[in-house]
Amino acid sequence: MHELSIAMSIVDLARKEAESHGAPGVDVVYLKLGPLSGVVKEALLFSYEIACQQTPLEGSKLLIEEVPIIVNCPVCMDRRSVQSLQSLCCAECGTPTPEILEGRELMVTAMELRQ
Amino acid sequence: MIPEPRLVEVRKNVLKQNDVLARALRERFRAAGVVAISLVSSPGSGKTAFLEKTLTLLRARYKVAALVGDLATENDAARLARSQAPVKQIITGTVCHLEAAMVQSALDGWDLHDLDFLFIENVGNLVCPSSYDLGEDLRFVLLSVTEGEDKPLKYPTIFNSADVAVITKSDLAAAVEFDETVARRNIQAVRPGMQVLRLSAKTGEGMADFLEFLERLHRSSHPAAVVNRNRRLSARS
Repeated sequence: MHELSIAMSIVDLARKEAESHGAPGVDVVYLKLGPLSGVVKEALLFSYEIACQQTPLEGSKLLIEEVPIIVNCPVCMDRRSVQSLQSLCCAECGTPTPEILEGRELMVTAMELRQ
Repeated sequence: MIPEPRLVEVRKNVLKQNDVLARALRERFRAAGVVAISLVSSPGSGKTAFLEKTLTLLRARYKVAALVGDLATENDAARLARSQAPVKQIITGTVCHLEAAMVQSALDGWDLHDLDFLFIENVGNLVCPSSYDLGEDLRFVLLSVTEGEDKPLKYPTIFNSADVAVITKSDLAAAVEFDETVARRNIQAVRPGMQVLRLSAKTGEGMADFLEFLERLHRSSHPAAVVNRNRRLSARS
């Protein structure tokens, strides 16, 4: 399980961001998470609380937005979702599609800072 | 009165620090003309035996070296040292994967210009290593015939993060009734277009093809172009 080290990176990133805005604390951290990031949401939420302890982020909330896999389908020639993580085929036409456009996100998108 | 919280946009990759280091490593490998290949697999799939054989065979014609990650022991480095190639162990302690920073510091003191191939053996783990770019040109995922054909479906993320699949321990395939057709189908389902090699480090079956494949990578000025390379990096940056 590497979610604790990921959570610590999130806390670190958020702490620096809050500092750069001169904010005394953080209420919410918004995270975008793709299924191909290799990170499990539940484990990350659990780890986040631990990682926040005794930091300016203690008591803050991690809001995770799970985003789908989007591929570039070579047949439809367009952005498409896939059948599943176990079947990376275009959800519309069934063509196997290796070209992944989205789905690996592990990104802090926004934060709510305490004033 | 408590003031309203202020919403700020951030848009920063959590693993940015790792990605930046990995990109710098990739540039160093390219500038030095060394092909960097990482190996990922579950524990016991035969990474070390495969690597020992590869290093021994490649050493006849190329300058090769290896970094090998392990949680606690230096056993793997000792085994790989029998190949006479330079080998360095990275002991990760409790960390279940390698990160770019560990690779970077392990390379201290090595002149990359002196190398043709650098192998990086990750910690045996099919989950965590998928999140970390190590700067490698190509990532090989190993699947031993004793593990069962459905491993790719159980661990789609790591298979998807890799560029080449290597089916190992092929000498045991008949004994464990390994269905290669099903295994290949499962690999293609989670990573369409992935090149699949099959070999046995023990009997040497398939090793000649594998070496030929490596030589092709080395001849190419852009090793990643030889195979259908994963777009994990561009997709995240």
